[in-house]
Amino acid sequence: MSFSNVVRIFTKYWKVFLITGVSHTLLLSLITVVFGALLGLILCYMRMSFHKPLRAVSSFIVDLIRGTPMLLQVYVGYFLVPKLLPFKVSEFMAVSVAFSINSGCYLSEAFRSGIQAVDKGQMEAARSLGLTYSQAMKKVILPQALKNILPELGNEFVTITKDTSLASTFFIGDIMTSYLIVRGNTFLTFECLFIVAVIYYVINKILTFFLNRFERRLRVSD
Amino acid sequence: MIRTENVHKSFKVEGREPLHVLKGINEHITKGEVVSIIGPSGGGKSTFLRCLNMLEVPEEGHIWFEGVDITSSDIDINIHRQKMGMVFQHFNVFPNMTVMQNITLAPVQTKKKTQAEADEIAIALLNRVGLIEKKNEHPSRLSGGQKQRLAIVRALAMEPDVMLFDEPTSALDPEMVGEVLDVIKDLVKSGMTSVIVTHEMGFAREVSDRILFMDDGIIAESGTPDQVMRNPQNPRTKDFLSKVLY
Ligand SMILES: Nc1ncnc2c1ncn2[C@@H]1O[C@H](COP(=O)(O)OP(=O)(O)O)[C@@H](O)[C@H]1O
Ligand SMILES: [Mg+2]
Repeated sequence: MSFSNVVRIFTKYWKVFLITGVSHTLLLSLITVVFGALLGLILCYMRMSFHKPLRAVSSFIVDLIRGTPMLLQVYVGYFLVPKLLPFKVSEFMAVSVAFSINSGCYLSEAFRSGIQAVDKGQMEAARSLGLTYSQAMKKVILPQALKNILPELGNEFVTITKDTSLASTFFIGDIMTSYLIVRGNTFLTFECLFIVAVIYYVINKILTFFLNRFERRLRVSD
Repeated sequence: MIRTENVHKSFKVEGREPLHVLKGINEHITKGEVVSIIGPSGGGKSTFLRCLNMLEVPEEGHIWFEGVDITSSDIDINIHRQKMGMVFQHFNVFPNMTVMQNITLAPVQTKKKTQAEADEIAIALLNRVGLIEKKNEHPSRLSGGQKQRLAIVRALAMEPDVMLFDEPTSALDPEMVGEVLDVIKDLVKSGMTSVIVTHEMGFAREVSDRILFMDDGIIAESGTPDQVMRNPQNPRTKDFLSKVLY
């Protein structure tokens, strides 16, 4: 691997890496976290409900997703989602469904532990005043749980930006796809790997920086 | 006002023998009465108190509150809890709300009061316990004693018929115990029916009409402060008092 090759490749292909690659990775991560959070809310609600079948369904789904490899889920999403939907879906959309489901399962657990981390005395105090369970949840528990949950959403976003590289096999346009494309053109494997490694690392650093700042702000407002 | 009949409670901890905490409690707390519960730690005092508003559900026995069997499954417990204030050892004030919001949440949510009415009551109560200048603060800016006074007025804002206190001063620094006891003294003097679990023997003797000594899941002794504290009949009461007095 030579450094001059790295520079040469980057000057020629920077648009593929930085514009196409980064935008697809960030977009896919955003879609994943947004829909994952929605699904996570539903799964968490089911998991914490008093209705036993709902709890069972939710924990089965979460268990299934957590118990199988993400790459396999991406494959299933890629091949299954287009078959299930009546309209045409892009590869990008198909894998984003898989990522969202995966993320939803992890987030539902994060939501649940964020809720359970709120001191038990809070629920008791609210109930002792005559509030119903759902009033206590809405007014007392969830606002406090949100402080535990928001950083988890950020963490999940950072993790997902890396995990989405799994879908590059299907040329969905993310950063890892840009590696595949540029390497195909240049045959300079290590130089291309070096470039995407730096890009992933920098994105990660930037996101973590903002996340930490946000977390500190949350803690101050306590 | 509150009558319990043969109340039993066990805690089931996985992989262990169930822990039989209350072993048949028969008690009658009358309107206006101030009852203190004393006894060694682990004897079931908190559990008994928490059964009175059904935060713990007894598996046997009945509890009548103002004539209604609140252990019955076809009552709405929330309605009855609105008439029973509870104060916890660890305050349990709501950190996500201001002092005012802490107090007005329940009256407004339960539709007992409009926000304006609740605000008015809250301000009167805050004046009464000397917290008025803190009304817009969050609890993180309050001392332990202030938090507990807030917890007391939060309960009072529901205009309860009875107040339940579970070791209200045990988590406080010594210099703050007095300010909280003063608020409770004030309250019982105004005629509030109260059940107080406490280790403050001098306080219990001063304010109580009756003292219950609880040990090992039963009420081992019950009587006026003088009877229980000066002339205990049960050897276990004697033993306990010899350890905590002086
Ligand atoms: N939720 C619970 N689960 C299991 N054991 C409990 C629970 N609450 C209380 N206990 C146990 O019940 C016993 C009585 O507790 P408690 O009523 O708190 O006594 P006291 O208030 O007199 O110290 C203790 O041994 C305690 O560990
Ligand atoms: Mg206790």
